Amino acid sequence: MRRQGPLYPPQRRALTAIDGAIALLAVLLIVQIWLLTAALEGFLAGHYRVALPAAVISGVLFAGCWGLYRLIHGLDRRGRR
Amino acid sequence: MSGEQEREQEREPLWREEVSIFAADESYVGRRQFAKFLVLTSLGMFAGNLWLLAKSPAPRLPAVPVARLEELPVGGVKAFSYPGPNDPCLLVRYASDRWAAYSQKCTHLSCAVYYAAESRRLACPCHHGFFAVEDGRVLQGPPPRPLPRIALERRGDRLVAVGVDLQGGGDEART
Repeated sequence: MRRQGPLYPPQRRALTAIDGAIALLAVLLIVQIWLLTAALEGFLAGHYRVALPAAVISGVLFAGCWGLYRLIHGLDRRGRR
Repeated sequence: MSGEQEREQEREPLWREEVSIFAADESYVGRRQFAKFLVLTSLGMFAGNLWLLAKSPAPRLPAVPVARLEELPVGGVKAFSYPGPNDPCLLVRYASDRWAAYSQKCTHLSCAVYYAAESRRLACPCHHGFFAVEDGRVLQGPPPRPLPRIALERRGDRLVAVGVDLQGGGDEART
């Protein structure tokens, strides 16, 4: 059953969603930091072939981060109305 | 507060508001700003990966003549650079019909290796690492990986470097 009323005002729900999105963003960023570290280690060991897939995956993760940021922006704007 | 003062405060840059020199004036970073910071850091990570990609050498390496076949005596060594001018390598003629070329950087801490003809091994003087001259594998010491091997081709009376095999091994050039 969906609860409504003063216990869960729209602002509160938006804030919870924003917190969740920020947590997900932090997880994506940690994966990206690990990816860069691994790619750098491979690069320094002379394994240049890892650079292309690492860059592609990093780009996808960045796109995910950007998408989450837009989501946070939208939720924020809606929550303030 | 007058309208003029409010406008003055609005004109204050964000950093002054966030990083005030007075503890009492400090304010917390908002969620939206924190998210922006995370996204910018993510962009930095992506840029770092693109930089690594840009610095990686092209998969097809140039063919560079290294030496003439009879230029080296058996047990002789010739230093050259491949694929770039900052990649020192060694060409070794370790038998009358066998040549092998390796990167001169030890895989431990990048000291310059040399060919010890009496023991037919490539030796690193820094930490006494030894590599087999036949395939570059580690024989002794701290190096974690074989020496990167330069792929050689015989073209006429010349030996030509055509690629780098990071895992070592492979066929050596022979007559």
